Amino acid sequence: MTRLIDLRLGLFLAALFAVTVLAPLATTLPSTSALNLPSYLIPLMGKYLCYALLAVALDLCWGYAGILSLGHGAFFALGGYAMGMHLMREIGARGVYANPELPDFMVFLGWTELPWFWYGFDMFWFAAIMALAVPGLLAFVFGWFAFRSRVSGVYLSIITQALTFALLLAFFRNDMGFGGNNGLTDFRDVLGFSLSAPSTRIALFVLTAIALGGCMLLARAITISKAGKVLVAVRDAESRTRFLGYRVESYSVFVFTVSAMMAGLAGALYVPQVGIINPGEFAPANSIEIVVWVALGGRGTLVGAAIGALVVVALKSWLTANFPDLWLFALGGLFILVTLALPNGLLGLIDRLKPRKAKPATEVPA
Amino acid sequence: MPFRPLTLIAAFCLAVVLPFIASAQTLEELIARLPDGNFNDRAAIVAQIAETGDPRAAQVLDALLEGELEQRNADGRFVRVTGSRNNQTAVDVLTGEDLGPVARRSTEAVRVNNALRRSIRTALGVLTLMDPDPARRLAAAEAALRSPSADQVDALAEAMATETNAAIRTAQTRAHAAAVLASDLPLEAKLDAVAVIGAANAQIVQQTLNAYRNAAEPELAEAVGEALAAAESRQRMWSQAQNLWFGLSLGSVLLLAAIGLAITFGVMGVINLAHGELVMLGAYTTYTVQQVIRTNAPEYFGYSLAIAIPLAFLLVGAVGVLIERGIVRHLYGRPLETLLGTWGVSLILQQAVRSIYGPTNREVGTPDWMSGAWQIGELTLTGPRIAIVLFSLTVFFGLLLLMKYSAFGLQMRAVTQNRPMAANLGIRTGYVDALTFGLGAGIAGLAGVALSQIDNVSPNLGQGYIIDSFLVVVFGGVGNLWGTFAAALSLGVANKFLEPWAGAVLGKIVILVFIILFIQKRPRGLFPQRGRAAEG
Repeated sequence: MTRLIDLRLGLFLAALFAVTVLAPLATTLPSTSALNLPSYLIPLMGKYLCYALLAVALDLCWGYAGILSLGHGAFFALGGYAMGMHLMREIGARGVYANPELPDFMVFLGWTELPWFWYGFDMFWFAAIMALAVPGLLAFVFGWFAFRSRVSGVYLSIITQALTFALLLAFFRNDMGFGGNNGLTDFRDVLGFSLSAPSTRIALFVLTAIALGGCMLLARAITISKAGKVLVAVRDAESRTRFLGYRVESYSVFVFTVSAMMAGLAGALYVPQVGIINPGEFAPANSIEIVVWVALGGRGTLVGAAIGALVVVALKSWLTANFPDLWLFALGGLFILVTLALPNGLLGLIDRLKPRKAKPATEVPA
Repeated sequence: MPFRPLTLIAAFCLAVVLPFIASAQTLEELIARLPDGNFNDRAAIVAQIAETGDPRAAQVLDALLEGELEQRNADGRFVRVTGSRNNQTAVDVLTGEDLGPVARRSTEAVRVNNALRRSIRTALGVLTLMDPDPARRLAAAEAALRSPSADQVDALAEAMATETNAAIRTAQTRAHAAAVLASDLPLEAKLDAVAVIGAANAQIVQQTLNAYRNAAEPELAEAVGEALAAAESRQRMWSQAQNLWFGLSLGSVLLLAAIGLAITFGVMGVINLAHGELVMLGAYTTYTVQQVIRTNAPEYFGYSLAIAIPLAFLLVGAVGVLIERGIVRHLYGRPLETLLGTWGVSLILQQAVRSIYGPTNREVGTPDWMSGAWQIGELTLTGPRIAIVLFSLTVFFGLLLLMKYSAFGLQMRAVTQNRPMAANLGIRTGYVDALTFGLGAGIAGLAGVALSQIDNVSPNLGQGYIIDSFLVVVFGGVGNLWGTFAAALSLGVANKFLEPWAGAVLGKIVILVFIILFIQKRPRGLFPQRGRAAEG
């Protein structure tokens, strides 16, 4: 029996816990102190953790079930939109047009009443459920159709990409009722707490860290369960698993849906910390970028995915600020490097450098 | 009354002989009589001027119409005076001689009123309708059709009678019919006119007949209604034809973009996400060739595409071989890794082009021989679109022949069907792989040359096509060139037929959703390859 928390996961969770406790404390230090953390960095760190959570979500379905989704950005964005809609409603009459019912962009477009799909989003619990349910439902329906007709491998990747592309085009339309090109922004507060207050930011950051830790534990629990073993079997030899009598599509749909809901959760936590959600999040390129986080960290490791996301996103922030022209070269180079030289990512590299005790469970053929 | 026969004879003489006398008058004599008499007399003279057929008549009437025809007090010469109050210059209307500046009170204007202006315009219309230059005759007839006036009925009838050019006569006949409708001629003539107009294209029918929809005569109103309805249904048919044409042209663009993928993905099984960027490289090759020609030998600009086509094929093909040897070769049998690796290549190519050429759109010119348009009925076919349709068909069938009848094609098929066996028979599989990938890339380069004619050449050019071309290949059935062909054309046409009622974006979404659902239903595409292999 594999332990729920092995060494790697334990170390990561401990580090996460330490950061979660220390970072808010560091913001309270006097600004002269060397350890002082400017409070504007808190939402940034929260954003990184959201990406890490997104990477864990993708790793769960790609690393363990072999479902390379190039559309996970869509689930992330849908979760974000659900939360954004709630924050939009919470602005209430404080908007530019001071309409208590309609968000600004609807007034601007000359709409007189709220579209039906915006009903209920004035309640936080409803928005929170939707942030999980909408991506989950989409993934369930999509996965149900795809896996039942045995669409897998690159075909699945291509149609998930088409899915997020279609959503991108749809959300760009003004008459969809999601703010069109500009998306949703100008949020004021959440549950009555101002989004610009340092305490709210810290609370959101801590919540994100808890969500990340919790989802990693959940994903770990899934992968070490019996179902997790079947998933790995599906990944490595789909037809054989089917011949052994397992209903491959049920396992795949299950893990795909759970993964999409995690992505939705990441999106929902992302939006209040970043302050905007727009259709650009649906861009296929974003979804492919998530893949490189996972690939760089090491797929099928969960911890690796989270680390990969943090490393790449930090690299991106640094490069786009200092050498904007180099970022795409670096990202492209990373893709090539990872596929050619690091098939098991950074964690795989560590495993290889260590004296080998047991065969790592993370060998992944295509 | 004893004098009656005499007056009759006199009147007869006047009626018959006078026109001859009048037409025998020269332009000079007529113009000299212009300042005399009242406006009605002038109108008569204007008509006579028009009938002289003198080539200078038009400029005289034009000057008169603008109120710029004046008579010099000193010598009685007729001049055209232009310029502001204190800075007037005169030109002799008859000889065109420049007479330099004139003092303000040294000339006397020939006055015109609105009624006279109308007759001048009619006279000018007649003049240009009979102009020796066919282009001006046509323009005059079309102008007359646009603003029909009852005054022109006779002039147009006369012009029709002598016209020899069929196209101009058609235009004149229509203009005549429109003028008849505007006149108070009897009902039969108007009904005939409606029939004549009804045969013209829908736009003319609408602009001419709409005003008579509620004509006083019920028969006329009915005939007009019928003609309008007929024109509308004809227009609907033509717009379907137009949609079909746009669809085919979009389809051939998709075909061009997808053929290269059909080779790398369909035949080799390699997912090449850098395909769009290879297309972009082809477009930039065209741009560079044109820049070099523009700066060094602008007179050869017409050949720029002829140079760019082979160059793009070789250059982009070479890039493809490099990608295959450098990256893809190591990833055979691992499709998902190939996908990621080539995505990396695409990012690098995009940024490289952005660094070299800048992020803005580049202007790629269309050679003269390709611009222009053909009109078939109410369908306009523009040069670049026709060229692209023909080009993509050429590329497609060329590729088909290559695959089927050349030694290389045979080796390629052998390697993809059974690699170890092909190797055993002495085929250098690595070599064939590299060339096949290079071929797919080269065709992407060709697509780039074609797309540079109709799309913005920017570093993002390829991104717009990559998802579409993958869907085309997957929809058509992997490994099947004919499937790709059918898929590209049918998707292009479907897209254009959806656009009018769903809008461009929604139409595209509908297509995407349709393909997503279709793949669920038939994962192997429209024309799946038959075989016994079960995967895994």
